[in-house]
Amino acid sequence: MSTEFIIAAIITVVGLTTPILLAALGELVVEKAGVLNLGVEGMMLMGAICGFGATVSTFNPWIGILGAAAGGALSSMLFAVLVLELNSNQVATGLALTIFGTGLSSLIGLSYTGFIVPVFGSVFPASLANDPYLKVIFGYSPIVYFALAMVPIVGWFLKSTRSGMILRAVGENDLSAHSIGYSVKGVRYAAIAFGGAMAGIGGAYFSMVITPMWAEKMTAGRGWIALALVVFAGWRAGRLLVGAYFFGILMALELYAKASGFSFLPSQFWAAMPYLMTVIALSVISMRDRSGGNAPACLGKPFLPST
Amino acid sequence: MAIITRRTFMQAAGAAATLPVLGNKAFAADKVKIGFIFLGPVGDYGWTWAHNKGREQVEKELGDKVETVYVENVQEDASAIPVIRDLAQQGCKLIFTTSYGYMDQTIAVAKEFPNVKFEHCTGYKRADNVATYNSKFHEGRAVLGTIAGKMSKSGTLGYLGSYKVPEVVLGVNSFALAAQKQNPNAKVKLVLIDSWFDPPKEAAATETLVNLGCDIVTTHTDSPGPLQILEQKKLYGFGQGADMSRFAPSAHLTAIEDIWGPYYVERVKAILDNSWKSTDTWDGFKEGTVKISPYNKAVPADVVKLADAVQAGYKDGSYDIFKGPIYDQAGTLKVKEGETMKLADLAVMDWFVKGVESAA
Amino acid sequence: MRIKLEKRPEPSTVMQFVTPVASVLLTMLIGVIVFDALGIKGGRAVTDIFLTPLLATYKWQDVAVKAAPLIIIALGLSIGNRAQIWNIGAEGQYIIGALAAAGVGIAAGGAGGGAIITLMILAGIVGGTLWAVVPAFLKTRLNVNETLTTLMLTYVALQVLGYLVGGPWKDPNGRNFPATAPLHADQTLPILFPGTTVHLGVAIALILPFVFWIIMSRSVFGYQIRVVGSAPDAARHGGFDAKQTIWLSLLIAGGMAGLAGALEFAGALKAINLGFPSGYGFTAIIVSFLGRLNPIGCLIAGIVLAVTYVGGQIAQTTVHIPNSTAGIFQAMMLFFILASDILIRYRVRFVASPKATPLPAAGE
Repeated sequence: MSTEFIIAAIITVVGLTTPILLAALGELVVEKAGVLNLGVEGMMLMGAICGFGATVSTFNPWIGILGAAAGGALSSMLFAVLVLELNSNQVATGLALTIFGTGLSSLIGLSYTGFIVPVFGSVFPASLANDPYLKVIFGYSPIVYFALAMVPIVGWFLKSTRSGMILRAVGENDLSAHSIGYSVKGVRYAAIAFGGAMAGIGGAYFSMVITPMWAEKMTAGRGWIALALVVFAGWRAGRLLVGAYFFGILMALELYAKASGFSFLPSQFWAAMPYLMTVIALSVISMRDRSGGNAPACLGKPFLPST
Repeated sequence: MAIITRRTFMQAAGAAATLPVLGNKAFAADKVKIGFIFLGPVGDYGWTWAHNKGREQVEKELGDKVETVYVENVQEDASAIPVIRDLAQQGCKLIFTTSYGYMDQTIAVAKEFPNVKFEHCTGYKRADNVATYNSKFHEGRAVLGTIAGKMSKSGTLGYLGSYKVPEVVLGVNSFALAAQKQNPNAKVKLVLIDSWFDPPKEAAATETLVNLGCDIVTTHTDSPGPLQILEQKKLYGFGQGADMSRFAPSAHLTAIEDIWGPYYVERVKAILDNSWKSTDTWDGFKEGTVKISPYNKAVPADVVKLADAVQAGYKDGSYDIFKGPIYDQAGTLKVKEGETMKLADLAVMDWFVKGVESAA
Repeated sequence: MRIKLEKRPEPSTVMQFVTPVASVLLTMLIGVIVFDALGIKGGRAVTDIFLTPLLATYKWQDVAVKAAPLIIIALGLSIGNRAQIWNIGAEGQYIIGALAAAGVGIAAGGAGGGAIITLMILAGIVGGTLWAVVPAFLKTRLNVNETLTTLMLTYVALQVLGYLVGGPWKDPNGRNFPATAPLHADQTLPILFPGTTVHLGVAIALILPFVFWIIMSRSVFGYQIRVVGSAPDAARHGGFDAKQTIWLSLLIAGGMAGLAGALEFAGALKAINLGFPSGYGFTAIIVSFLGRLNPIGCLIAGIVLAVTYVGGQIAQTTVHIPNSTAGIFQAMMLFFILASDILIRYRVRFVASPKATPLPAAGE
């Protein structure tokens, strides 16, 4: 294997991983606040179309990405109002949000089918970004660096900041957080909006970076993978990065195995491998660490203060 | 900056967006209703988009006599039955079910409505009121293979497919055989991604094929995603189902276009003059069902000549890519010198020819 | 003056019926207004989505066939959902159930009749159950979160299906399309009303909710599930084994999903191809919650969802709304129903000053 070969493979892995990493980071914060939002797929699609639409209107992908974040966050607010104000069931409301996002993005998208948009320029000088070797570090879309930067930021926020501590407290024991005087709803609104924005940016990575176009349901189920990754990571930002890349590498391996003509096993085996390996890997991790991760104690439960 | 207006590119989507209102009821009742069942959304760029183009042509040419209705995103499960039945109950005289997965459902509903005619695309089960139709996409693949075999520097070509179904197998073999006519050492690396539509996976699979040495990649999935990747990498590829050059002006060498309009118009006319019969149609270049988009200027003149010769050969019957000798992947002789595979054998082909590297 | 939510001492029985109906009516009203604004005949669109499937007798069979798998899967999921076991992989269990039934059918060769059909159905239940054994085992032994395992195994089930129908079980007369051979006529489920598509599975979907209702309300097991779900600590003191609850709720959900898959295969589709999995396992999660985890609720919710699916398709042909619009409409109805749930347990009070109203302790 030549260096060029490995570099090209790494670039593919980064492309496969970045959108699910973004969406999963957002969902991590949501879940840490004690809310389970299964609407990731719907929010990603809303982000994909809003980012795309904003870019078509402004010719500026930076404004586009803001549009994607806004689209994801706005659609997440539908979910937030229902689960926070009206205590509706989170699992069902999240699934309804996915149906809603799929439908609305398709409807908005009818006016944007067939457009192509300008893509992000490189953040680094062309000499670095286009260098046959250095491009493995400098040659990506700005969104990739944003996603990577968000991993330590989210980790640091949750672990070391006062706001992060409050957010975790709300997720672990909403009633006592409430009795100390923290605004449980306020924290959860903010977390859900952040989750929506990150899912939106993740979705826009499909419509603005990988394949700059809009097509119905173009996220092809990656929102579900993002949800699984949060669990895989045991609700830790660092392990989320590892988990996302682990999954990304397995997805690329499927393609490499097929393209290399590995016919000693049915091709379906290669396609099932990323999912099987995720289950096996989490089982092995769990054998050593029986805690089941840092699942927030209030995850998915309604907040019912007595006063 | 290239922006395509909806008018020039996505008339189908535009029609859906403006949500047409039914015309005067009494007037509408006088028209013959024609129904369409679509697998994807009409804006999928690929399969359904092409069928919807055909529907639009029916509206355009026979709009004064017929009215068309369609249902999109119909799943290939039991719930397709009520949708097909619905169209029959609403008075459709002819119903096109445009995906293989509607075969048994079409037959089932056809039994209930002996006076309604049905046309099932790509299937093989017929009845007195059920016809089948298909397109010889593989003829187009032979043109693409000719271009790819001649233009590829590495001699390694990529083929991105959906599932191992006869249509894809035929496409792969036709492409590989045509390429080998230009370059006897040409190899085709095949990746089947288990989906007709998954832009991120299509993009990643294209990158993978390129990294494994393919300098031209053809796609047998529905999104223009792979072409966009090839454009970024300054390599070449082909459009699938429709001219996709807008998405990749330099990479898009040409495309196979599915042209269903003439067939649909012909069959609707047969309904209007009561001459409809259950038939099995498998049309190609000759009948105009398969069309090749304008060539990119990157295709050299001599390659254009070769590609045009293949098209001309199919049109006058002098060319057939499935002429022996043909060997399978293991090197066994499957079709002897001088023999040509019959249509019936092509329809069930499930083995790949020599030079195809695949996991399945 | 401000609005205050006040917890009711008892969940309101009246509201349990009023709120969903009001939600649907509200969705219809908004639909008329929005569609009219978009230039579509709003009244006609809303009628076709919500009423035609119920009023036109010839549409009943479609609603019934569509609702049956949703109801059966939702029944099984409700048990786990009550006990806070989140199985989001019913789709995979549904697929494996159908494949198991197909396996029996193929193994039986030309043989058919009641015994073979019964065996096929049982195989479906066993298949779905076995597919749920893995998450149950991993959850109880290694504390591996079941949302991840059930979801991932759904993707694996899809590949198992792809392998079997494209390989060993491929119909030899099927022109090499990846699909099983169509079932023999005497291997398919009996049709309940001649001339319709209403098969035995519909009857099972109608009876099972009552069976579940009796089990859940009258048996120790039902009590156990309720206690474990609402108060795990109390359950432990009460001597209920949390692991046993995990096992039972996952296996029952798997078995029900497998049953639904087998019935859909043997009753409706009669062959398995790549288009067989169509998301019933995911939609059933909504049905389960919409039915408030109550067996009879699941029955009603399954029918409501089936009506909007069938109606959405009718509206596509009559008023030409795109498929996506039907989806938005369905989501809107779900949002309203979920939002109005609060009125069952709370009443709205208009109070003069924001003084604290003592409420009883919260909890399910």
